[in-house]
Amino acid sequence: MDLRYTDAEQAFRSELRRWLSEALPGLPPRPSPSDWPGRRAFDTHWQRMLFDAGYAGVDWPVEGGGRGSSPVEELIFKEELERAHAPYVGVNFVGLLHAGPTIIAEGTPEQRQRYLPTILKGEEVWCQGFSEPDAGSDLASLRTRAVRAGDDYVVTGSKIWTSHAEVADYCELLVRTGADDSRHRGISWMILPMDSPGVEIRPLTTIAGSTEFAELFLDEVRVPVANRVGDENDGWRVTMVTLSFERGTAFVGDLLEAIELLSETVALARRTAAWSDPAVRRQAGHLRAELDALWALTKRNVSQAARTGVPGIGGTFFKLAYSETRHKLGEFSLSLLGRAGLAADDLEGTDGLGPLPAETMVEDWLRGISLTIAAGTSQIQRNIVGERILGLPKEPVSAVAKTAAR
Amino acid sequence: MDFELTEFQTDLAEGVRRLCEGAFPLERIRAAELADTVVDREGWRRLGDTGVFNLCLSEEAGGVGLGLAEAALVFEELGRALVPGPLVASHLAAGLIDGADDGSVVVGLVEEQPHAPPGAVPTVVEYLDDLDVLLVLSDHGITAVEPRSVVATPLRRPMDPLTPVWAVPTLPGGTAVGGPEIAAWWRRDGAVLTAALQIGAAAWTTELAVEYAKQRHQFGRPIGGFQAIKHLCADMAVRAEVARCAVHAAAVTVDQPDVGDPLAAAAGAKLLADEAAIANGRSCIQVHGGTGFTWEVPAHLAYKRARVLATRFGTDDQLAESLAESLAESLVPSGPGVL
Repeated sequence: MDLRYTDAEQAFRSELRRWLSEALPGLPPRPSPSDWPGRRAFDTHWQRMLFDAGYAGVDWPVEGGGRGSSPVEELIFKEELERAHAPYVGVNFVGLLHAGPTIIAEGTPEQRQRYLPTILKGEEVWCQGFSEPDAGSDLASLRTRAVRAGDDYVVTGSKIWTSHAEVADYCELLVRTGADDSRHRGISWMILPMDSPGVEIRPLTTIAGSTEFAELFLDEVRVPVANRVGDENDGWRVTMVTLSFERGTAFVGDLLEAIELLSETVALARRTAAWSDPAVRRQAGHLRAELDALWALTKRNVSQAARTGVPGIGGTFFKLAYSETRHKLGEFSLSLLGRAGLAADDLEGTDGLGPLPAETMVEDWLRGISLTIAAGTSQIQRNIVGERILGLPKEPVSAVAKTAAR
Repeated sequence: MDFELTEFQTDLAEGVRRLCEGAFPLERIRAAELADTVVDREGWRRLGDTGVFNLCLSEEAGGVGLGLAEAALVFEELGRALVPGPLVASHLAAGLIDGADDGSVVVGLVEEQPHAPPGAVPTVVEYLDDLDVLLVLSDHGITAVEPRSVVATPLRRPMDPLTPVWAVPTLPGGTAVGGPEIAAWWRRDGAVLTAALQIGAAAWTTELAVEYAKQRHQFGRPIGGFQAIKHLCADMAVRAEVARCAVHAAAVTVDQPDVGDPLAAAAGAKLLADEAAIANGRSCIQVHGGTGFTWEVPAHLAYKRARVLATRFGTDDQLAESLAESLAESLVPSGPGVL
């Protein structure tokens, strides 16, 4: 167990720090969160800057056009970006973190040639069409149907929780190509151009009041067979392969942001009378212990990935623990804001020390609620820990699934 | 940076696990339940021969010369096996008290609480009849007391049947054996090693609960197939693993102080490890249902031990307060950002 970085890792960090200190001051002002075209322009511009500096796809393998960095360098990359308050993947998180890696692993040479460089250069943006209104935790029950018609598939159905759909050029789409009850064995993975006729987008407003994601309606949309990645009915495996790219760094930025938020919360408590209350101090101290432990767990997971080349189960442990801690932190900061937390607007403090950070804290509290739901609810994660790690008996399989298994 | 165990560290932990299985099987340990003495002298010397006590002592001083990281891995195994006796105190005393290093002398420790207001609770000393030397740890330093000279009332119903306790109205004066600096690092390393005992037990109770959940059938199914039980077990595993990372990180940070704040890391590790051991002990009993409430099933031993260890080297409130202090200090821009 060694927490010191090697000379090569330190050099990677210093070089990155130097570049960030030169590059960041030249960034245009950040657009408002509701200005979607502005956000796309800002995020893709940043991606282009990364590309020109050789930092595009730090975590992508070299054969996919990436930098092929080690898991530890990937950790350093995300750590330094967050500490410098640099932008991260932004609106193209699906392209950079999911669709791109999938095409690297499973795409044809033509597909790689066509789609990978534009993701790395910030020219094209991707969204995800996996979940459906009736297929959430049970994703394998998805029903969006793709019927072969000559060189095309004709796709009809609906998708939900599609982030940044309004500004996306392509969608990684899971469709049913097998029998209705074929579950995992009847799914295909395809590339849907978002400007295809028959694609309709309905933005969904989150409880934070933002339109981060949308519902997608597909009405007889024609998708070329050439856009299928992997074999027909092999899409479930294709999707799972993508997960093997995760090397324990998925929440590095989030975690460091939480550590910073705790500092802001302590600063707020010191401006009010709250810090003289031992219960408040202990809550803060406890949160610090939890966040430090999660940082240690991150390093453990990254080290495991570096040794074995595959993600360990630690990511599931991390998500379960982190989502709870983050929610606790949100509740803590909101309670310290008191009635200043009744609006997500920074209001001027009466102590002459400037505004109270209500905007960050209220938004963070609301966003924190999604963490125990998104990317696998905590209940599903606990099933995974119970069954795959502890070896407890599996959930009963439904009658439909049993028929399909035959 | 490689925060995984080295091959040597894995082997070390496995070696200690085998030693514990051989020398401290649960049946043998349990034979000492509610006795005045719980330390098996022969077993203690075997621990000494293996290097449990002199592991961190320099080679020049006759020790193994390893770091706190290795010690934490060893103590994790001792905690997992519920080995009774003043393990942490004897480890810390190696090099300071003759014979502690090889296990021929059993050294106990009692902490004088820092800034404790005079209250109604007398000093409670553990393992008194087992001890060759009793050390008293305070902010001023460490003093050695002759255990036989302590006027003490044995408490007949110890909460943990393997941690005998005595009430001591007044501790006799002793001989100074260490100053405030040693006392400070004992508090820090003692917290890390006690936390290591806790995470070992937290992992063990998880396994005990999972094993039972697989074999116990109700409603025609193993109870572990029900989410109500499965999720209890999953939460146990998560708590144990998160705390384990915190303890390992704290131990490494003590060995490599340039990577972080050793005092804060130690406090955080102890805080989370205490919680994990206590919560997992409780959950383990719950998963066992009625049988978990019986003396036979060892779940209660782990739960009670966790409660005992939680009173040593910082309680939850003290640890959380010290972490809060370090947080507040790190906000002062010119401050050093350490406790």
